[in-house]
Amino acid sequence: MSGAGNREQVFPTRMTLGVMKGKLKGAQQGHSLLKRKSEALTKRFRDITQRIDESKRKMGRVMQTAAFSLAEVQYATGDNIGYQVQELVQKARFQVKAKQENVSGVYLPTFDSHVNEEINDFKLTGLGRGGQQVQKAKTVYTKAVETLVELASLQTAFIILDEVIKVTNRRVNAIEHVIIPRTENTIGYINSELDELDREEFYRLKKVQEKKQEAAAEADAEELQKKLAQAQQELQDGDAAAAKVLDAQAETVEETVEEPAQKEPKSALDQDDESGDVLQENEDDVIF
Amino acid sequence: MEGLFFNVNNGYLEGVVRGYKSGLLRSPQYVNLTQCETLDDLKLQLSSTDYGNFLASYSGPLSTSVIQQNLSKKLYQQFQYLKAHSSGTLTKFLDYISYGYMIDNVSLMITGTLHERDRNEILAKCHPLGMFDTLPTLSIATDIESLYNTVLIDTPLAAFFKNCLTPDDLDDLNIEIIRNKLYKNYLEAFIQFVSEEFGGPDREIMLRLLNFEADKRVINITLNTLGNPDFSSEDKLSLFPSYGKLYPTYHHELSQIEEIEQLRAIVGTVEEYSEIFSENGDSGKNLEDWFYLLEMKYCKNAFTQQFTLSTVWAWLRSKEQEIRNVTWIAECIAQNQKNRIESYICV
Repeated sequence: MSGAGNREQVFPTRMTLGVMKGKLKGAQQGHSLLKRKSEALTKRFRDITQRIDESKRKMGRVMQTAAFSLAEVQYATGDNIGYQVQELVQKARFQVKAKQENVSGVYLPTFDSHVNEEINDFKLTGLGRGGQQVQKAKTVYTKAVETLVELASLQTAFIILDEVIKVTNRRVNAIEHVIIPRTENTIGYINSELDELDREEFYRLKKVQEKKQEAAAEADAEELQKKLAQAQQELQDGDAAAAKVLDAQAETVEETVEEPAQKEPKSALDQDDESGDVLQENEDDVIF
Repeated sequence: MEGLFFNVNNGYLEGVVRGYKSGLLRSPQYVNLTQCETLDDLKLQLSSTDYGNFLASYSGPLSTSVIQQNLSKKLYQQFQYLKAHSSGTLTKFLDYISYGYMIDNVSLMITGTLHERDRNEILAKCHPLGMFDTLPTLSIATDIESLYNTVLIDTPLAAFFKNCLTPDDLDDLNIEIIRNKLYKNYLEAFIQFVSEEFGGPDREIMLRLLNFEADKRVINITLNTLGNPDFSSEDKLSLFPSYGKLYPTYHHELSQIEEIEQLRAIVGTVEEYSEIFSENGDSGKNLEDWFYLLEMKYCKNAFTQQFTLSTVWAWLRSKEQEIRNVTWIAECIAQNQKNRIESYICV
C-alpha cells in the first residue's frame, strides 16, 4: 500500500471514524465518475483529432486553389484589384457565430459560418474586365474561409479538451493514489486506536476488581486480629491473680494464635500471584 | 505620302519603339521560362533577355509581386523616355494613352478620399503611367463638392467628367460605375481624336484597336452584370462606349439580355468574335484569355505597317501582356501549378 502510515491528523473517535468512512465512500464514487468523464472526453478528443487531420488536408487543397484563383484575378484585372475590393466592402458577407457545446460538463466553443447571400459589396468590381474571375475567386475564397472557420473551431475544442482531460486525469490519479489510500489508512489507524482503548478499559476494570478483592481480604485479617486482641484483654482482665500461674500456659496460647495470623497473609499473597498470572495470560492472548 | 515627312518628327521614336518591340520575349524564351523550377531559375532566364539584370538591386526572397514590380518598372522607364522625346501629335497621342491609367488613379483617389485613407498609402498604389502632378491634391478635398471641383480643375480628365457626372454621383454611385462611365467617355474622345488627327493606315489600325477595346468593354459589362437586378438596361447602355463592331446594332439588345446564351448568340454574329464563346468553358480558356489573344493578334498586325504611331500603342499593349505572362508563369512556378503554366499568350 502506497503511503503507508500516511494519514490525516484526526482524533481517533467513533465520530471521526464515521466521517472518514463517509469520505472514503464519496472518494470512491467520485473516482468512478471522474474516470467515466475522462473516458468520454478522451473519446471525443480522438474524434476531434481525426477531424482536424481531415480538415487540415482539405484546407491545404482549398487554399491552393484559392491562391491560384487570386493569381488568375491578377492576370485578368491588373494590380489594384485588392485595394478596390477592400474599399468597397462595407458589410460582412461572411459571418461567424460562436456557440457553446456541452461535452460531459465541458463547454466547447464551436464556430458556425454563415454566408449572407444578399450582401455582395463588390459584385461590380472588374466590371470592365475580369469580373468573372473576381467572382470565381470570391466563391473559392469563401470556401477556404469556411474550411478555416471549421478548423479554428476544431482546434479550439482540441486545446480546451486537452487541458480538461489533463486536469481530470490528474484528479482521477490523485483520488486513486492519494486520497483513497490516505482515508483507508486513517480508518485503520482509528480502528486500531479504538481497539487499544477497549483493551485498556478491560484491563482497568480487571485491576479495579482485583484491588477491591485485596481490600476485602485485608479487612478480614484485621478484624480477626482485633478479635484475638480482645480475647487476650479479656483473659488478662478476668484472671490477673492467676496470671502468674498461667504464664507458661499463656505463652503457648500466644504461639498458637500467632501461627495462624502468619499463615493468613501468606495465602492471600498466593492468591494475588495467581490472579496476576491469569491477567497476564489474558493480555498476551489479546495482543498476539 | 504620309510616310514622306513622318521621320522628321517621329522617325527616331518609331525606331526606338521597334527596338523595344524586338526586345519582347519570343516563344523559345517562353518555353525556357516554363521549364524553370524555382523563381531564381526564372530570374536567371530573364537576365539573358531584354530585361537584363532587372532584379540585381533586389536582395531578399523572390516573390511574384517583386518580379512583377520590377518588370513593370522597366516598362514605365521606356514609356517615360518616349514621352519625354515626343512632340506634336505623338505627345497628344501618348497623353491620351495615359488618360486611361489616370482614370484608374483618379477613381482610386476618390475611393480613398471617401473612405478617408492615408494619402501616401493610396499614392503608392497608383499606376505610374497615370501619374500627373496634380493627382496628390485630390486627397486634400474634404467633402464631395470640393472633390468634384478639384477633379474638374486640376485633372486632365475634366473633359470626361463634366458631362456625365454630378457631384452627387460621386457619393451615391458605385465607384465601378463611375470608372466605367469615365472610361466610356475617354474611349469616345480617344476615337474622335484618332479619327481627326491621324490618317492613312495609322488611323485604320488605331480605330480597329480602339473599336476592339470598346467591344471588349461592352461584352464584359454585359456578362458581368448578368443576373444583377439593380442594374437596368438604361444603366447598362450608359456604360457602353458608342463605338465598336457591336454598335449601334446590338447595344440595345445586349443591354436587355438576361442569359448567357443570348449574349453568345449576339456576339457570335460578329465574325471576329464568333470564336469567343465557342470554346468557352473548356480547356481553361476563358473570356479574358480570348480577348487578350485577339488583342495580341491585332497588335502583331499593327507592327506590319511602316511610319505609324500606332506601333506605340501596340508595343505598350504587348509589353503589358508580356509582364502578365511572366507574372503568370512566376505564379504557376511559385504555386506549383505546372499544368496551367501553358496558358500564357505569346506575343
